[in-house]
Amino acid sequence: MSDARPIPVVTPEMRPFYAGAQQRELRVQRCRACGALRFPARALCSHCLATDAEWVAVSGRGEVYSFNVMHQVYHPGFAAEVPYAVVLVQLDEGPRLISNLVGLAADAIRIDMPVRVVFEDVTPEITLPKFTPA
Amino acid sequence: MSLRGRTAIAGLGMTPMGKVYDRTPLGFAAAAIHLALADAGLTRADLDGLLLNPGLSWGDLGMGSFQLQQAMGLRDLRLSSSMNCGGATAGTMIQIAAQAVASGQCKAVACVFSDAPLKPPRPQGEAGGGGSAGAYGFGRGLDAAYGQYGVNAMYAMVAQRHMHLYGTTHDQLGAIAVAERAWAAGNPAAQFHDTPLTLEDYRRARWVVEPFRLFDCCLVSNGGLAVIVTSAERARDLRRPPVYILGTGQGHPGGDPVETLASGAPLAKASAFAMADITLADIDVVQLYDCYTFTVLVTLEDYGFCAKGEGGPFVADGRIAPGGALPLNTGGGQLSAFYMWGMTPISEAVIQLRGDGGTRQVPDAHVALVSGNGGILSTHATLVLGSEA
Repeated sequence: MSDARPIPVVTPEMRPFYAGAQQRELRVQRCRACGALRFPARALCSHCLATDAEWVAVSGRGEVYSFNVMHQVYHPGFAAEVPYAVVLVQLDEGPRLISNLVGLAADAIRIDMPVRVVFEDVTPEITLPKFTPA
Repeated sequence: MSLRGRTAIAGLGMTPMGKVYDRTPLGFAAAAIHLALADAGLTRADLDGLLLNPGLSWGDLGMGSFQLQQAMGLRDLRLSSSMNCGGATAGTMIQIAAQAVASGQCKAVACVFSDAPLKPPRPQGEAGGGGSAGAYGFGRGLDAAYGQYGVNAMYAMVAQRHMHLYGTTHDQLGAIAVAERAWAAGNPAAQFHDTPLTLEDYRRARWVVEPFRLFDCCLVSNGGLAVIVTSAERARDLRRPPVYILGTGQGHPGGDPVETLASGAPLAKASAFAMADITLADIDVVQLYDCYTFTVLVTLEDYGFCAKGEGGPFVADGRIAPGGALPLNTGGGQLSAFYMWGMTPISEAVIQLRGDGGTRQVPDAHVALVSGNGGILSTHATLVLGSEA
């Protein structure tokens, strides 16, 4: 294992998500049959079981639904980061996603805190959506 | 016809557990079955069913039960399968075994869990592997890029929200760790048998993933644990007192556990308690799946020992510790004894109902509640076991 942080592999079903992030746009999947939003990408809609879906931009606004603070090093790329927080963000439009909160110390994070998306360029191909207090 | 009391656990086999490096996962499983057969007074020729819950270190052995059959020279099985729904598997194996015996398909079924994730200590400076986070397949892709690794991290988010909504405190989680450690002092097989834990020790321990400190998280153990399920009638003629299977149930709720803050216990309980024809008041001893202290707290709520959100105050007053009103995880559980997934609570229920608990024996233990829980509060199994049919 290298000391670099892991770079996500862009799978075909998640490609529109990463393409959106490069354009500073947070995208989630929307069922073309019932309109339900979902994230991460799934093969079918868990509400109506339809398979037809598209990617749509969301506001990037939401709240911290829950979080943890990682002290254990599970990957050498995070050895210099511990303790760091991982947040579960509840987007205003519905889906929840795992991310990090930038611009705030781990011990200042609170559940229900309003947040908005920011984008961090990691490689020429990968940009990661992260969040900051709104 | 109801399954109630028609089948029984007739044999219990437990290998040495913990930092035991001399066997493969298959070797631990075979040894556990040998011990369980000897305990029951049966031989391998008596077995006609084999159910295996392979731990993580079995890896890609998708046909593990067949490998185990070959290794043990078992012939003419009428039931064989590897099963996995995480920590609920042990209970589901026993349910399937009981159904197979009650229907006449099988006469005696071995149900076994084994694992050997621990490796001997490495020389100083040599790097470790990915551990359980890698083995579970969690923490790849996008989650890994954010540093979200392993089951600890996911359960921590559920616990954090429970603490936020209901005011559950670290010391209340600590009360569970301290109570189970006190029970472990009476269990010679417990990895933490000789290591007392105070609430102060708990508070001083390092964080793993907030809100979990070290002693909120279960042990990791090498070992094997097996039981033999047979008919109640036959069990009465065997070497040890039968432990009757009075009720079984499964509950797999779906949905997002960070939102529900609940396990599948209500659904599994409904089936098992109806079959056993009992209420909570009939239970003498409780053995709950305890991958984390928090899991115990949520499971107590979900079985209705207290209301949702009141698990913290419920455990804080010593109620579940030795001498308390609700004897719980009386062998030390997976937090302080050994981590054999769902087999840990089942083994302690068998020991208590046989009256084999030694200094930790709960007086008049006739009915035991056993839970199994897998994933992130995703799968659940309930067993009601009794010393009388």
